[in-house]
Amino acid sequence: MNGEPLLAVSGLGVHFRMGRQEVQATRDVAFSIQPGERVGIVGESGCGKTVTGLALLGLLPAATSRVEGSAMFEGQNIIGLAPRALRRVRGRKIGMIFQEPMSALDPVFTIGQQIGETIRVHFGATREDARTRAVAALASVGISSPERVHDSYPHQLSGGMRQRAMIAIALVCEPRLLIADEPTTALDVTIQAQIIDLLLDLSSRTGTALLFISHDLGVIAETCTRMITMYAGQVVEDAPVDFALVRPRHPYTSGLLRSLPRLSPRGAALPSISGRVPSLRDMPAGCRFAARCAHAQPGCDAPQIMASAAPDHLVRCARHADLDLPGALTELEKVA
Amino acid sequence: MIGRRLLQILPVIVLATFVVFGLLQLVPGDIAVTLAGENATDARIAQIRQAYGLDQPFFVQYGKWLWNAAHLDLSRSYLSNEPVLDQILHRFPTTLLIVSLSLTISLVVGIPLGIVAATRPGSRLDTFVTSFASLGVALPNFWLAMILVATFALNWNIFPATGAVALSKDPSKALLHAALPAFALAAGGIAEVARQLRSALIEILSSQYVRTLHAKGLSPTAILWKHGLKNVSVTLLTVVGLLVNRLLGATVVVEAVFAIPGMGSLIVHAAIHKDFPVVQGVVLSMVVIVICMNLLIDILYAVLDPRVGRA
Repeated sequence: MNGEPLLAVSGLGVHFRMGRQEVQATRDVAFSIQPGERVGIVGESGCGKTVTGLALLGLLPAATSRVEGSAMFEGQNIIGLAPRALRRVRGRKIGMIFQEPMSALDPVFTIGQQIGETIRVHFGATREDARTRAVAALASVGISSPERVHDSYPHQLSGGMRQRAMIAIALVCEPRLLIADEPTTALDVTIQAQIIDLLLDLSSRTGTALLFISHDLGVIAETCTRMITMYAGQVVEDAPVDFALVRPRHPYTSGLLRSLPRLSPRGAALPSISGRVPSLRDMPAGCRFAARCAHAQPGCDAPQIMASAAPDHLVRCARHADLDLPGALTELEKVA
Repeated sequence: MIGRRLLQILPVIVLATFVVFGLLQLVPGDIAVTLAGENATDARIAQIRQAYGLDQPFFVQYGKWLWNAAHLDLSRSYLSNEPVLDQILHRFPTTLLIVSLSLTISLVVGIPLGIVAATRPGSRLDTFVTSFASLGVALPNFWLAMILVATFALNWNIFPATGAVALSKDPSKALLHAALPAFALAAGGIAEVARQLRSALIEILSSQYVRTLHAKGLSPTAILWKHGLKNVSVTLLTVVGLLVNRLLGATVVVEAVFAIPGMGSLIVHAAIHKDFPVVQGVVLSMVVIVICMNLLIDILYAVLDPRVGRA
């Protein structure tokens, strides 16, 4: 780790009230993002990756959720920040884009109005000024007829176009960090590639750091420099993407990488991780993956801590030093 | 769009008036006998039957009526011999005043209640609004009308118990007369508006695009008043459309309680005395009003919601 991180999350936990009970969706999530860095959070549905992203901006429903821990961003803890102060961070310092661009855009306002109001709320710009900047923002996300899109309603645009507009809204105030929650999942494969290229391009051009949340390892591998693996509400591995892909230290990361379809030889059974994620109500005290892990030992039922496996490589597995786990690529494949 | 809608309206008008015309034929008793008066000779009855065209076949009678109606001639009342159109035009302002006053009350009270409840779901205020709304929907308006008359008119003498004054003659007196019937009708309207607005707004405020608005740094106030209200206005429009239709229907009963000379009492009186031209005329004008209202609402849909085609 070098220099002051842009975002330093520690001890982040999210609790949901379900009736009279409270369940803990994520526990002790900790990671940091350097200025301009592109970090991916990967994990299967329900592992807490989306909840983590929403918790950072205080977007979880206040009536049914409780967030603990801290997230230091530019010298202030943005968890539990007063509403007014939080609104100065949202959209201005940290932008966010969502999975389904159709339902994430207000159907009865034009794209231009939806970009313009963000500019006006943060910079108090005039209508004409807001329009100029909105059109420029649309052009910067690769929309070839920004004037037309500016005056269009969301339903008049294609899925890819809507996601570009969504990105323009999130980036128009030039935030330092962009949280992208499954931004390509709802799109066609060809459009996916365009949106990923666009995010990479914008991030490197403007120096905006990226927190890319996805269940798609391939997308994370293409986009990010560092990969955080989450499992059952915990971070289980945090490593540079190249290390994690070649030599994962956590059996779950390894299992995820091996179950990518395109990596199996033709005709061979697709490797998969057997078993199911433990229920939130009934989480084991020790390693949460132990019940599904081929390498589990009696010692695994003790609580696991994040340990340093290599420089810049953290893993939540007591056995990480004993195991030599397969990754997506072998060293040989990588060299070739 | 409007041209096509207008074409669809004609069959509706024909069907509605045809059904009423047909139903009136089934009413027992011979209208000619009634009109001829007591102790009339058979010749006199036959003469009257001929004079009113009652001896002609059903379809001829209906066809003639429809043809005249298309030329704004709704024929004359059997009882008073006044042109039906004049009677309707004379009575309609009274009913219109009550209906529009009660619609205004429904919106002015119902909208704030719905918003307050939706922004604090589960709170005590929300529980109050929700239970008040259930009560308002369940209360029969004629019963409420009688309670209002007994309390505010007979006991406390704040409002007049019966009758109506034309708005053009004395506006404040007209409103005073219309107040109690309008409130009696508005109880259901307030409840309906508050309930529908609450549930639609709760859904909107928990939607994904509202989450985006929060993520952009907008204040909850801006989100509610700008995005919330514009999105909920489509629901509100639907509620208003249904409400106007219902109020027009309910006013018949409430006008009877307050002895108000409006469209409601006109049709009730005409139906009791087999004054068929008046019944037909009132039904036709109600159908036309309801259809025009629906058309207006469809046009407003297209204005409020860009997803509704304007082709």
